[in-house]
Amino acid sequence: MKQAEKKGIIQDINGPIVTIKLPGVQNGEQVRIGSLGLYGEVISLEGEEALAQIYESTEMVRPGEPAEGLGHPLSVELGPGLIGGIFDGVQRPLEEMFLKAGDQIPRGLNPLPLDREKLWRFVPSENLEPNMPIIGGARLGAVQETETIEHRILVPPTIEGELIELAPEGDYNLEETIGQVRDRHGRVHRLKLYHRWPVRKSRPYQSRDNGVEPLITGQRILDTFFPLLKGSKCAVPGPFGAGKTVVQHQVARWANADIVIYVGCGERGNELVDVLDSFPKLKDPYTGRPLMDRTLLIANTSNMPVVAREASIYVGITIAEYYRDQGYDVVMLADSTSRWAEALREVSGRLGQMPVEEGYPAYLASRLAAFYERAGRVETMDCGKGSITLIGAVSPPGGDFSEPVTSHTKEIIQTFWALSKELADARHYPAIDWVDSFSADVGTAAEWWHESIDRGWEKRRAQALGMLARDAELSRIVNLVGPEALSSAQRWVLEGATLIKEGVLQQSALDPVDTFSSPEKQFMLLDLILSVYDEGAALIELGVPVQELAEMPVLARLRRCKELYDSSQTDRLEAFRNEALKDFKDIHSEYAQRGEQTA
Amino acid sequence: MSAKEYRTASAARGGLLTVANVPNIAFGDRVRIRDHQGNTRNGQVIRTSNEEVLVQVFEGTAELDLESTWVRFLDEPVEIALSPEILGRVFNGLGEPRDFRPPIVSNLRRSISAAAFNPAARTYPKEFIQTGISTIDGLNSLVRGQKLPIFSASGLPHNRLAAQIVRQAKLPDDDSRFSVVFAAMGVSYTDARFFQEAFASSGVLGNVVMFVNMADDPPVERLTLPRMALTAAEYLAFDLDRHVLVVMTDMTHYAEALREVATAKGDVPARKGYPGYLYSDLAEIYERSGRIKDRHGSITLVPVLSMPSDDITHPIPDLTGYITEGQIVLSRELNNQGIYPPVHISPSLSRLMKDGIGKDFTREDHPHVSNQLYALYARALETRNLASIIGADELSARDRRYLEFADAFEQRFVRQREDEDRSIEETLNLAWDLLSAFPPQALTRVNETEIAKYHEQSA
Repeated sequence: MKQAEKKGIIQDINGPIVTIKLPGVQNGEQVRIGSLGLYGEVISLEGEEALAQIYESTEMVRPGEPAEGLGHPLSVELGPGLIGGIFDGVQRPLEEMFLKAGDQIPRGLNPLPLDREKLWRFVPSENLEPNMPIIGGARLGAVQETETIEHRILVPPTIEGELIELAPEGDYNLEETIGQVRDRHGRVHRLKLYHRWPVRKSRPYQSRDNGVEPLITGQRILDTFFPLLKGSKCAVPGPFGAGKTVVQHQVARWANADIVIYVGCGERGNELVDVLDSFPKLKDPYTGRPLMDRTLLIANTSNMPVVAREASIYVGITIAEYYRDQGYDVVMLADSTSRWAEALREVSGRLGQMPVEEGYPAYLASRLAAFYERAGRVETMDCGKGSITLIGAVSPPGGDFSEPVTSHTKEIIQTFWALSKELADARHYPAIDWVDSFSADVGTAAEWWHESIDRGWEKRRAQALGMLARDAELSRIVNLVGPEALSSAQRWVLEGATLIKEGVLQQSALDPVDTFSSPEKQFMLLDLILSVYDEGAALIELGVPVQELAEMPVLARLRRCKELYDSSQTDRLEAFRNEALKDFKDIHSEYAQRGEQTA
Repeated sequence: MSAKEYRTASAARGGLLTVANVPNIAFGDRVRIRDHQGNTRNGQVIRTSNEEVLVQVFEGTAELDLESTWVRFLDEPVEIALSPEILGRVFNGLGEPRDFRPPIVSNLRRSISAAAFNPAARTYPKEFIQTGISTIDGLNSLVRGQKLPIFSASGLPHNRLAAQIVRQAKLPDDDSRFSVVFAAMGVSYTDARFFQEAFASSGVLGNVVMFVNMADDPPVERLTLPRMALTAAEYLAFDLDRHVLVVMTDMTHYAEALREVATAKGDVPARKGYPGYLYSDLAEIYERSGRIKDRHGSITLVPVLSMPSDDITHPIPDLTGYITEGQIVLSRELNNQGIYPPVHISPSLSRLMKDGIGKDFTREDHPHVSNQLYALYARALETRNLASIIGADELSARDRRYLEFADAFEQRFVRQREDEDRSIEETLNLAWDLLSAFPPQALTRVNETEIAKYHEQSA
């Protein structure tokens, strides 16, 4: 039921926070203010006065100008045409705004997010017939949104009743009726190819489910060492310059998800341009189609109004839930949640709320937790499975992980990819610190790796992490007393750890071969390097000097394997493995003979 | 312009003036204040309701007398007059001439707080700028439309470096020079003069617009100054199709002025007393650089900031680093050894380098050479630490090679004369000269073809 529009006037303007006199307005309701018609939302009520946060700059707005309530909370349009698009923090289509209004984003312009003219080929679901009972979230049919994405048209979650009409296959635009449902009060709802949903309310599902398989990102340190399950939650904290953005872009490029939603929240404009420029040219390694066919961007760059930044991650997660409800595995990247938290802080500061830690309001932790909880793997209303994997970048001031946003986030997430300034300074990329990072999902991931790749995965992973820990310990000794104090076996551990770092952990996002590593290749590389280490360790037992091993030419090649053989060339990698291990066997037999001679 | 003057000032605190009973005043409106001596001051509305209007007074409220203060609301935002005549001129933070020449007369006036660029309107910057400085060109390349700050500290030669960049910056295959917009906030007379002379002696003065706020000028003017400068830069770049290089110094003084005003307004402080919106505020400035689709010109931004107590985690460098596309960090240690420019390689970074260098832009080996130098230097610094503990004599032959590399790198690659303009070819050849001290198998970041082509032992 459409409510009568509420009219009022502006009382006070304090930056993005505006007091309006608007009797009857609801908390959370959308408002338009001033002669420009700027959009905002009510955040608190007191008597006849409402405080609203405005998504656009309030410059030159005056007290006494009109304000109106729009009768609904901040909502997004959900329907075909989302994928491949770039929207701002309140889902305004930026491409269209650019064509209509030029280089800068004008105020008060509010084009519809989805194209109303475009025709979509709708194919109704076969199992539906008129007069059947139907629930919210049920699939009415589908349209082909991009080459790879079949967009499933769902009954809006709030509507339930009897299906009284379903349109036949044909071309429809977004405003045409494709079905009618009579609810139990006898009201008839006309269903279209799209519906609206309030962003601050999570969409319903049947039940929660456990994650069962890892998200494959093609990044060795992530997949092999700190796996993230589909439907899980992850944080990527790091000081500036440690490579957060590159990690996020790599995941957006190579993750084996159906849909990727990238929310640029208070970050650089050029980073989004980079995605817009490069994704249409890059191929999805799983489908061979341009990456843009599965990607959607939400952009509220750092210089765009701060209140819309706060809204942007809710817009992103709501669209993610919508595709999850269609039965897809969705990855949502939020870069950066710190900027979102700062937007909260700015608004709370303007409202004069009591700050608790570093100026942040007391509700920071609960807001963060509620946001991350919208991730997960679920059984949808339509009895399918869908998931949202949520990856949030965190930008701690001064790289200090004990600050409020990082520490509250850490309590919520399951996987933590910590970026290190020291590694980045030495150009060890991705600069993910293997000491500070963790994954609570290694057990589940191991089942998948053992089933699909190799039974030795968990053991090899543990061995490699053990060697890296031992390396850190030994390096401390070296730094105190010099390398001469170490035994041969200990110095071989250092060599082995270097091989792991250079041959497995370091991965170039810019190298066309190295940028993506299939799980098979990841395991083969790790297993090969550890086998070489094991062989070497056995030789050192036999008395082979560590210097001789360290200077073997095969080691230099071993470091380059990652960029010499792409994921399809596992046979050539296997051939190299045999060659490399043979070199060690040769030394082995040489020393074994010598040993016999001396004996 | 509204002629009506109000004499209802009800409070004056720091840079803020409260005016009572003035209806319908717009947020962000410009204000002119006349004090009891008839002198005028400028201000801007930062909060407005029908009962009370809060005005930020750029010249401060010292010596104002509430009884005899007349306030006029101009009904327009802070603007700057623009015409090609701005080149070669010097203005203050309010856009008024400070070179004793008449003000700019033009029909074109623009509000200095521009709306944000639509990300969909941007194009990705990827044209390599040759600054002639090896540590920048070779390892932290600047591209047209990038924002790349210099993180410095008191006593370090950031001004000389900035001036050298202005003198030498060009595209490798193109002799056209940049137009320069120079924004100085809270600088000393010595510094301002240094720049003026540097621009004059290199013959670029006619191509420079200067916005200057001295250390003893009102701090509040520092808040409008960078916005004035960038509005002028946008005009030169996107109306007049020029490539503009904007140098801003010192962003620390800007942020301090922001803190001063925020504190007077009673804003909730976040870190070190700086307001929570410092990030967004700095982003409004830095994000005005870039390239725009179908526009010929570009804005390349080189802000200079001094890190208080050499602390890179201080909010100003920290937040800047999160917004800008990299940073050039200067080192006191190198400076003390007499190395100019004292660029500290390890924490320096250029984020846009990857797409502006390599085969079609500089030379095919450039990305790998840069990576290799970084990796070797990181290792060499570790070795130097080790040597300082156990003594250089205790090092293995392999480690000693790293130690020698660290010295050669600093003395030959980092160090260069202030008037030395190295081409990118020279920089890369110099790099290979240093890399050739290592056997090819120690160089894992460059590929085998490049080793065959450039490594001296292979040649």
